[in-house]
Amino acid sequence: MSGFDQGRGSDLLDVHERARFEQLVLPHLDAAFNLARWLLRRREDSEDVTQEAMLRAYRFFRGFHGGDARAWLLQIVRNTCYTWLEKNRPVELMSEFDEELHPQPSVSPESLAIAGDNRERLGRALETLPPRFREVLVLRELEGCSYKEIATITAIPIGTVMSALARARQRLQRALTQPPVEEARREL
Amino acid sequence: MSCDYTHTALHGYLDGELDASRSEEFERHLEGCRECAKALETEESLRSILQRSGLCESAPHSLRKKIRAELDAATSVPIAQRIPLWRWAAVAASIVLVAAISWYAWPGSGSGTRNPAAPPFTAAELIDAHIRSLQPGHLTDVASTDQHTVKPWFNGKLDFAPPVKDFAEDGFPLVGGRLDVLGGRNVAVLIYARRKHFINVFVLPTKEPDTPIHPPGLRQGYQWLHWRHQGMEYCAVSDVSVADLHELAQLIYQ
Ligand SMILES: [Zn+2]
Ligand SMILES: [Zn+2]
Repeated sequence: MSGFDQGRGSDLLDVHERARFEQLVLPHLDAAFNLARWLLRRREDSEDVTQEAMLRAYRFFRGFHGGDARAWLLQIVRNTCYTWLEKNRPVELMSEFDEELHPQPSVSPESLAIAGDNRERLGRALETLPPRFREVLVLRELEGCSYKEIATITAIPIGTVMSALARARQRLQRALTQPPVEEARREL
Repeated sequence: MSCDYTHTALHGYLDGELDASRSEEFERHLEGCRECAKALETEESLRSILQRSGLCESAPHSLRKKIRAELDAATSVPIAQRIPLWRWAAVAASIVLVAAISWYAWPGSGSGTRNPAAPPFTAAELIDAHIRSLQPGHLTDVASTDQHTVKPWFNGKLDFAPPVKDFAEDGFPLVGGRLDVLGGRNVAVLIYARRKHFINVFVLPTKEPDTPIHPPGLRQGYQWLHWRHQGMEYCAVSDVSVADLHELAQLIYQ
């Protein structure tokens, strides 16, 4: 486990620790839920797993010695999501990550803008990406995380965050501008 | 489709993650590379689509509530709080007795060094004032849910102007205001409601530096929090949960 020391879990925290948790960690509940929501895709599962992750964070809170509370929390949320996926939907984790960047016909900003105007379609395109691509995009574009934070949260070396984002963005552009598989089949 | 930068430095540049020299290097490259210029435009367009998308989801209120309940269950409550309320009521009459009970865990209390963040009142003083306020007719001197009525009411009655704000939309409606004397000092009191419970927020001026919101102690079924912010000293007391009290404290702090 890289990044933060998650410390030893303990049963009960006292009121001082509770107040500190309220001030430092709870303000990032929305970010936590958003990450879970995009990793797990289904709302109900995301709520359950966010709840589980928050409680884990609380139990591990004594191991948090200051610093970036959001990255610390999101790291726990992400781990909880992956554990959940391994158990419940292992197939989703079997997607390739280190795929070569194939030369692609370049996508024009105009065609992207048209495709991206539809929230539904944008959401669906994002959901078709493998989780490891999805998470870097969500962290960078929706949560505004730095490369350092992304490296901490996703446990990938900081030197590879840039190329992971490059791949993820290319995948999303492709997903957005290519017609969905069913439609393509129908057109044949 | 052959420029290496398109898949590397361009992204660091887009994300503001290149150091100054690499950033300059990329800008020089950008002037001569049509491929990168076009790719950058596309990436910027993708970014603005994502950021305008409304894809960012907030945690639902029901989830927030469930989590707070779980945190409550995972928080240890000092033994003092488990004393039944009726027994507390019996001792509340005697301030002397209350003050004699050493109150729970304010770090540094009892030792010779005074904690610079220490609240201006003792737990006994505050809780006594809180209980007094709950007697019929004692809660408010000015009963109004309108901050524009409560705020001017304090004018001329005190030598400072307490910040008055209603938080009805956040579940803490303002009930009114009152003047009180605590530890020999005149204080403004703002009263908020939380469901069927009342929260007293004591406000007075201070020259001490700001502190975060902290719980100096938890006693006999009452919660209280203390903080200093922008020249004002606050003590919030209630029998609501520490989570609720903290939520109100944060609203006031902002
Ligand atoms: Zn180039
Ligand atoms: Zn404290």
